[in-house]
Amino acid sequence: MSTNIINRVIGSANDWMQERAPGLSQWWDRHAAKYYAPKNFNFWYFFGSLALLMFVNQILTGIWLTMNFKPSAAEAFDSVEYIMRDVEWGWLIRYMHSTGASAFFIVVYLHMFRGLIYGSYQKPRELVWTLGVVIFLALMAEAFFGYVLPWGQMSYWGAQVITSLFSAVPVIGPDLVEFIRGDYLISDVTLNRFFALHVIAVPFVLAGLIYLHLMALHEVGSNNPDGVDIKKVKDKATGIPKDGIAFHPYYTVKDLFGTSFFLMIFAFIIFFEPSVGGWFLEHDNFSPANSMVTPQHIKPVWYFTPYYAMLRAIPDKLLGVIVMGAATLIFFAVPWLDRSKVKSIRYRGPITKIMLTLFVISFCVLGWLGAQSGSDTQKLVAQVLTFFYFSFFFTMPIWTAVDKTKPVPERVTFDH
Amino acid sequence: MAEQGINHGRRRFLTATTAVVGGVGGVFAAVPFIKAWQPSARAQTAGAPVIADISKLEVGARVIKMWRGQPVWIIRRTSDVVEALSALDGRLKDAESDNLDQQPDYARNETRSRKPDIAVMVGICTHLGCSPTFVPEMLPQAFDSEWNGGFYCPCHNSRFDMAGRVYKNVPAPDNLRIPPYFFIDDNTILIGLDADPKAA
Repeated sequence: MSTNIINRVIGSANDWMQERAPGLSQWWDRHAAKYYAPKNFNFWYFFGSLALLMFVNQILTGIWLTMNFKPSAAEAFDSVEYIMRDVEWGWLIRYMHSTGASAFFIVVYLHMFRGLIYGSYQKPRELVWTLGVVIFLALMAEAFFGYVLPWGQMSYWGAQVITSLFSAVPVIGPDLVEFIRGDYLISDVTLNRFFALHVIAVPFVLAGLIYLHLMALHEVGSNNPDGVDIKKVKDKATGIPKDGIAFHPYYTVKDLFGTSFFLMIFAFIIFFEPSVGGWFLEHDNFSPANSMVTPQHIKPVWYFTPYYAMLRAIPDKLLGVIVMGAATLIFFAVPWLDRSKVKSIRYRGPITKIMLTLFVISFCVLGWLGAQSGSDTQKLVAQVLTFFYFSFFFTMPIWTAVDKTKPVPERVTFDH
Repeated sequence: MAEQGINHGRRRFLTATTAVVGGVGGVFAAVPFIKAWQPSARAQTAGAPVIADISKLEVGARVIKMWRGQPVWIIRRTSDVVEALSALDGRLKDAESDNLDQQPDYARNETRSRKPDIAVMVGICTHLGCSPTFVPEMLPQAFDSEWNGGFYCPCHNSRFDMAGRVYKNVPAPDNLRIPPYFFIDDNTILIGLDADPKAA
């Protein structure tokens, strides 16, 4: 009896919406209920949804942080301490945000790695990949601006180093740096504008890019660990790919499982080791910014250290900056550098597997080197690894073309 | 409206002129948004000269003054240091101070200073803006076994000698900047101007 009334109310509310916004349920079908994704997604396919989760986490905790944060050189450092000590649950929200930044990069790096091993950037997904690289660049800008805000020593000197990168630009360099800082030095003005960029400009851009990334994906459909095009084998009656399952409810539930597991680790870090031994929150950033004293050992947060190691390895200012920039921009070219007929690493030969392994190792070792003080030996190792990093990309058209491939099955498989 | 009444040429002209005028308007409208990023009037006036009293500065020691928010080092170099400067020329990128942007003309000499013993320089690494560490001892160091005293940048391992001249094979491209300065008297330096405007 009462369920009947509830059903009727929901039904008529539904009809009311249908009449006024008929596109809404079509949108839902197109992107969730009738978006057919390959049924063989594995562990590596958690990280896209986790990246989205981290974006939501950063927006939500970020809004709460702005309620107490003061974007001025005189008050910023103290206001963060105020959030940590005096605001009810402020410490949790702040640690969710600071840990969230690192977690965001972890899942994004794993998400990118997934794309590399399964050839998810290959035709017809070049646009999905390049939009993803733009998101990666915007995320780096967002993380950098955010890191300046607590106005600790590392915030200040990190901003000093990164803005000075632009002074390497020929002719207009020094004026450009002054323009970015809005002052002759990193000051209150710089902090204030970085705050505006961090909380309004870049998040807006990121949200738009993430939407485009997903829409571009849904145009061409998801890749899978086999790199098999599921649209080739469709059910004749329904037109639905035989190896496809509806994103909702099948993958929403799968991603929910991944989310709960991920949040366990996330919560553990927040509650027990939010600074992760100086890797997520650096020790020097617990002292207020001082423009007269440079900390003994300047290093960025871990997610920038691979690129920082490359910058340091080059004994020339302009060339160092170019190499650092090129190291991030080169990801754009990957869809056109890969000459393999096969997408997934499962059906590729030993050369691809060795090159990818070496690439991951060199990226991680560069990340470690970028956090060290930089002895002559370390500098030499960094130079060798930087050389390999670029060789990986520049020789990709050769080794992907000559590498042996195995025949790709008609349908997706599960026996891996 | 009848189809034959449409003047396509006029439509194209109007569309094009509207786009051009709108585009020009857009460019003008962008000016305030770009100009707003330049240093404000307040930031510009904060760059006033500063005066340093060096009467208590001992031989071999350094004081740091803040000028335009940057550290300016004033060092009373020992005679050993001054004499050793020329020996380093071969290891330096710009021993003769050929880059005229990095110092005023009166500091374009061996010691890069008005007086040989008193060094005045902006303590900001020309690489990426860190403030190098003062290592005045003429002793072998971990970063240089033939160290003659100078400055070592902890950020990216750039090295400078006691005249702020940059070594070869380090990331910093230029010598440390020498700010405009003059001696009001033997123990007082004004940083920020080349000469006393009242005297001129």
